[in-house]
Amino acid sequence: MKNDNNFVEKIANNTPANIAYKIRGVSDKTLAWLFISPTIFLLLAINIFPLFWTIYLSFTNYRANRPGRIVHWIGTRNYERILGSSDIWGYLQATAHFVVWTMLLQVLIGLTLAMLINSNFKTSNFWTTVILIPMMLSPAVVGVFWTYLFQPQTGIFSNIINLFVDVGPLNMIGSVKLAPWAIIIVDTWMWTPYIILLCLAGLRSVPQSLYEAAEVDRANAFQKFIYITLPKIMPFLMLALLFRGIENFKMFDMVVELTSGGPGSTTELASISLKRAAFELWKTGYSSAYAVILFVTIFGLGSIYVKALNKVKS
Amino acid sequence: MTDNVLKPSKTTKRIAMVVVILYALITMIPLVWIAMTSFKSPDDAISYPPKVFAKPSVEGYINLFTSRSRQTKEYFEKLGPPKTWYDKIVRSRNMVITGPSNFKDRYLNSILIGFGSTFLSVILGTLAAYGFSRFKVPLKEDLLFFILSTRMMPPIAVAIPIYLMYRKLGLSDTILGMIILYTAVNVSLAIWLLKGFIDEIPTEYEDAALVDGYTRFQAFWKIVLPQARSGIAATAIFCLIFAWNEYAFALLLTSGTAQTAPPFIPEIIGEGGLDWPAVAAGTTLFLFPVVIFTILLKKHLLSGITFGAVRK
Repeated sequence: MKNDNNFVEKIANNTPANIAYKIRGVSDKTLAWLFISPTIFLLLAINIFPLFWTIYLSFTNYRANRPGRIVHWIGTRNYERILGSSDIWGYLQATAHFVVWTMLLQVLIGLTLAMLINSNFKTSNFWTTVILIPMMLSPAVVGVFWTYLFQPQTGIFSNIINLFVDVGPLNMIGSVKLAPWAIIIVDTWMWTPYIILLCLAGLRSVPQSLYEAAEVDRANAFQKFIYITLPKIMPFLMLALLFRGIENFKMFDMVVELTSGGPGSTTELASISLKRAAFELWKTGYSSAYAVILFVTIFGLGSIYVKALNKVKS
Repeated sequence: MTDNVLKPSKTTKRIAMVVVILYALITMIPLVWIAMTSFKSPDDAISYPPKVFAKPSVEGYINLFTSRSRQTKEYFEKLGPPKTWYDKIVRSRNMVITGPSNFKDRYLNSILIGFGSTFLSVILGTLAAYGFSRFKVPLKEDLLFFILSTRMMPPIAVAIPIYLMYRKLGLSDTILGMIILYTAVNVSLAIWLLKGFIDEIPTEYEDAALVDGYTRFQAFWKIVLPQARSGIAATAIFCLIFAWNEYAFALLLTSGTAQTAPPFIPEIIGEGGLDWPAVAAGTTLFLFPVVIFTILLKKHLLSGITFGAVRK
């Protein structure tokens, strides 16, 4: 602490008078502006400006691989084409299937495990740390090594399943029926810890006095869960779902490395088809319109959700 | 079974323990298996049924760090004896090492870009979080939501304009460009997490300091920063891990000089498909630091997520 002060004082003394005056003498308003504006500027340059550019491109027939071509303003034709395409609805359906199932499984498993961990058995801290590891890993790299684990003959997944049920080699990635579940399994493996972590935080925020009071009122375990535990962890759980929901709606890296959208287009999630349109077919204008539609969908659903979240919190 | 939530009974605890440990062990199987695969020979890696215990081999790691080419017997006769132990292993497969692979450079890029962008996002995030936490900012809630909303954009949605923009500015496929990009993506997370931490620090200390003649900036520097230290550490880890793991932008915006490890690892091709031990070796080396970080800073991770998530 002492050293810290000396260091700061040294800096303060060595700062030229006019700059020192500027830093010391600024009003709160100026300081707020100084603190916040670099971030806002960065976000405007890297997020908002490109977004507007995307919106502009979505009304054109621009193709990024043909720089010499004259760019035409084609109005809403890209949007009409996308909304009228049955392929896109298929991709959105695959995405919805993925999002709904991953969220459902992760909440069920995550909440259960969080409550078990919260019983505070010996070594629970150590095992919690172990459980948390998968969510910190790189999704793309996770996708790569799960393709190895999912090999029908030589992969460990199919072999372990066959120890318990004799179903023969499971072609998790190659089969139309199994591939959508393969990506759900990997995502659940990876992200259940996130739900666990937030549920634990929620569980630990419950004041013990509430349970004591419930005890006095002779509430049973189920009633305690419904009337005390659940309302307390709800904001935590809903926030976890917001972040995971958004991330999974945009899911790209893990699935692209795991199945690259296949077989056929059974796991072709929205972001993967967007990447194909933009960077393989180079339909820049069309894919920009597609991107805008996806962003508006996420943004809209997100805003509705945040409003609901604020209601739960208050 | 008693239903006292305060003090779970011994049986409850025991059941909980068994289930949690079982789950933990199951989630660890894939990672342990990959680490084991990295020490298998290419043949053992694709044996049926899978071999749990195979003769240890470092071929995966050699293949990860080198590029090789297949040669004829005549060539080897002319070549003379192998100079190094790894040369020997490679030659036993009728191959010669033609040079180092790109893995080391890609790994180094990951480190540079990861730490660079973390440093910047934590600085920007701390300043902005303090600003949002302590000052009257017009349209504060809207601005905060705007900052969060930048995370809702699918990366590919902005990748094309960013690519065009970077090409004009000479930032495409550069480390600086990737640092700026990852900073922009991470800063929203940094602000939300840090604002939570700073909100928790009572303003009384600062107010007292201001009365004592400190300026606002001094109060921020001397009072708030030291108290937010653990929050800043947690935020830094989150940012670092995100940048380390990022794939979509790295795939679309870099091709050589600035490429990071995630898009590189799946490209490790052996003869007849992916060279699984080499992929496993790359995966192990890439994931290892993250596992260590997670274990070392678990407490910070938990508080990081807690404070950032629900603010009082």
